[in-house]
Amino acid sequence: MEIPYTVTARPDTGLYNAKVGIWLFLASEVMLFGGLFSAYIFLRLGATHWPHHILNVPMGLFNTMVLISSSITMVMAWSSLKMRQFSNYRKWLGITLFCGVLFLSVKSVEYKDKFHHYGIILNSGQEITGHLAMTEEEAIHSDVLKIKPDPENAGDFLFQLKSIFSKPEGEEKVLEIPKKEIRWWSNFVPKYNTYLATYFTMTGIHALHILGGLLVLGYFWGPGAALYRTNPEHLANRVEVAGLFWHFVDLVWIFLFPTLYLF
Amino acid sequence: MDSEMSMTSQAAHGHHEGHEEISWIRKYVFSTDHKMIGYQYMVTSLFVALFAFFLMVLMRWQLSFPGKPIPIFGPILEKLLGSSMAPGGVMTPQLYNSFGAMHGTMMIFMALVPALFAGFGNFVVPLQIGAPDMAFPRLNMASFWLFFVGVLIMMVSFFVPGGAAKSGWTSYTPLADFADMGPGFHPIFNGQTLWLIGMAFNITGSLLGSVNIITTIIQLRTKGLSWMRLPVFVWSELVTAFLLLLAFPPLESAAIMQLMDRLFGTSFFSPEGLIINGKHADISGGGSSILWQHLFWFLGHPEVYVQILPTMGIVGEIFANNTRKPLWSYKVFVYSLLAIGFLSMIVWAHHMYMTGMGQAVTSFFQIFTTIISIPSVLLGTVLLLSLWGASIRFNVPMLFALAWLPMFGIGGLTGLPLGWTASDVVLHDTYYVIGHFHYMMAPASLLALFAGIYYWFPKATGRYMNEFLGKIHFWPTFIFFNGIFFPMLVQGFAGVHRRWYDGGAGWQMAQNVLWLNQVMSFSAWALAIAQIPFIINFFWSLFAGKKVTDDNPWQATTLEWATPTPPGHGNFLHPVAVYRDPYEYSVPGYKQDYLPQWESDERLNKEGKLSQVSF
Repeated sequence: MEIPYTVTARPDTGLYNAKVGIWLFLASEVMLFGGLFSAYIFLRLGATHWPHHILNVPMGLFNTMVLISSSITMVMAWSSLKMRQFSNYRKWLGITLFCGVLFLSVKSVEYKDKFHHYGIILNSGQEITGHLAMTEEEAIHSDVLKIKPDPENAGDFLFQLKSIFSKPEGEEKVLEIPKKEIRWWSNFVPKYNTYLATYFTMTGIHALHILGGLLVLGYFWGPGAALYRTNPEHLANRVEVAGLFWHFVDLVWIFLFPTLYLF
Repeated sequence: MDSEMSMTSQAAHGHHEGHEEISWIRKYVFSTDHKMIGYQYMVTSLFVALFAFFLMVLMRWQLSFPGKPIPIFGPILEKLLGSSMAPGGVMTPQLYNSFGAMHGTMMIFMALVPALFAGFGNFVVPLQIGAPDMAFPRLNMASFWLFFVGVLIMMVSFFVPGGAAKSGWTSYTPLADFADMGPGFHPIFNGQTLWLIGMAFNITGSLLGSVNIITTIIQLRTKGLSWMRLPVFVWSELVTAFLLLLAFPPLESAAIMQLMDRLFGTSFFSPEGLIINGKHADISGGGSSILWQHLFWFLGHPEVYVQILPTMGIVGEIFANNTRKPLWSYKVFVYSLLAIGFLSMIVWAHHMYMTGMGQAVTSFFQIFTTIISIPSVLLGTVLLLSLWGASIRFNVPMLFALAWLPMFGIGGLTGLPLGWTASDVVLHDTYYVIGHFHYMMAPASLLALFAGIYYWFPKATGRYMNEFLGKIHFWPTFIFFNGIFFPMLVQGFAGVHRRWYDGGAGWQMAQNVLWLNQVMSFSAWALAIAQIPFIINFFWSLFAGKKVTDDNPWQATTLEWATPTPPGHGNFLHPVAVYRDPYEYSVPGYKQDYLPQWESDERLNKEGKLSQVSF
């Protein structure tokens, strides 16, 4: 038994099966991220206070560049296959994979930064953000929190750029705040506030998509590429479908970056 | 039996060259054959339906005889779930809540939708469009097993400390954000968290399934089968699949957010200043429980149509076949399906009139809720007028299909007052709502489900189901369905609240309608007994039912009847092509009163013959 139109296109639709399937799947993905973006809008419209300058914009911008480049190399990989240039295909897909891994690495550095960044909300409602001048262990048991507050210009692009390569200089004065004056303190984890909750959820799900894409592309770079010998057109179709998914994941990031980093 | 089985499998292989012998486990368990996956979906979801119905059978005791120990099953419950859940065989409020929540969840997501959409969809759709299988057979297998894991997780959740989810099938927040947490509960293996995880599996399975169904219908239609020649069941599956594809993902993101709330302490759905057990909740706040409702009902409403659309397709097929004439208007039927599908995506907030969304929003949703009744009525009208002037064959599938019509009518018309704010405010959260949506989901959906089973059983197994047992199944089922749900409408008008644990016994104003509780409960129990003939019939007919002597036993016109009986791997013996519209019954000038889609004009008037007998 053979299922028709797995490799060749059906004449009246002009598409092979997997291409229809991936577009439908992407439609459902649009709705998945649509749900998250609507939640973001809904919650932000109802919020009394929305934090800014928490994320490192240069890092996010760099990651945006990385993903856009990987979209280009993805197309190059597919077109190499279509032209039956196998070694070029390997090369371009390898670069795509490298970009994906680079993206995830930068993302995990960003996550780690957030886990070492603290926020304190005083009983008066005032919020102080900065880095602890004590270990986390000490902070939990002590009655007083010692914190180096973020400088005024923490939101500046240049300051953020510099802070990637050197320790954040900050103002050297250390604030000592008794815990009884504090309503709520924590590092920047999802539960800290609604903004970070949406940030971690949305970028987390996006990162899972990148990871899934890397697994699939990695398979087609390695063992899956064996199909080239028997049916190169089929492999080209598979890479095209995986590439459509990859472009979609990039596109989601193009929306995530301004939404979470800039606005 | 064994020899018969091997005969089937040999026969199935016989007509397609070059097939290696498939191992038992690949044939019956991890099968990629759309028909086997269809059976798997159907059997699993029938079991789940029986189980979820049983939960309600027990709850009906508590509603009629509040606080009294449940006879026979009470001690079993106490033994299984512990004396904190059912002390002395009495149903505790927690157990009542958890049974209620799980009845809804399992019936909707794990019984009716899988049976109607995936069970029939998998078995019938590729056959009706002349395809050898689904477009992505391995993906199909993955969908079933994702669904199955979801079912297992839900089942297991009854036995974790604290029992299964208790926040209703809607899992409204902030209740669901904090339910089943704290001392005595495991952080992950607790009812509500398992509910979310089980739903995530189920949703993922549905998504892949709907991608598969849509692709199959678009790509694998056989030669000559243009869009306007598709059987109505295929149309209904197509629209349903689009609803699942587009409406389910927002619920998946909502489930992820609720999981974040529960596992990582975020506040997506928890407002500021929330007090739990007299204490200020240790959360950042800033979330919105209305947001959950929006995301939930964005799926939740289309979900209703996901259930009812395939039943319309099934009823349409059976009507055309047993009235022996074309549907009164095929085009109106199809365009109505499409209109319902589209409109069902923009009516969700009519479930939320009580939240105070504001005039503009409620007006929008009232208008579209009212508009969606137009294609629904058109569709019902097409079916009703199809009966006009027909010489109806009253076989068992037709009886069930006929009974669908008034049930759909009552279910639909009782919904109108709920679509308008002014009347909804009065009726909201009363038994009237329960009665209304059950008319759609229980009598209408289930009667069509049974109709479909009786109708396609001969093709699937090569044997008829017993006609007499079928009628014994039909009449009490039809009567007792109404015995359960009609009194609910009455009680609802009297103001009986849908979530009362004592069935209204503690409320002065409800005393006049309390006696109806017993009418409903006895009807529910009688309904349970009325399913015994069906269960006997199903298994008995599988092995000893009357054998089918023709590949097309109902003299039908659609392509699934062109296959051998039962169809083997790859379905069709010869490539099929389609020459005509789907329901050409009683066309003047021909010897027979049906013109199958796959017969060209030259080949008609031949006698139907059995190409293969097996099973």
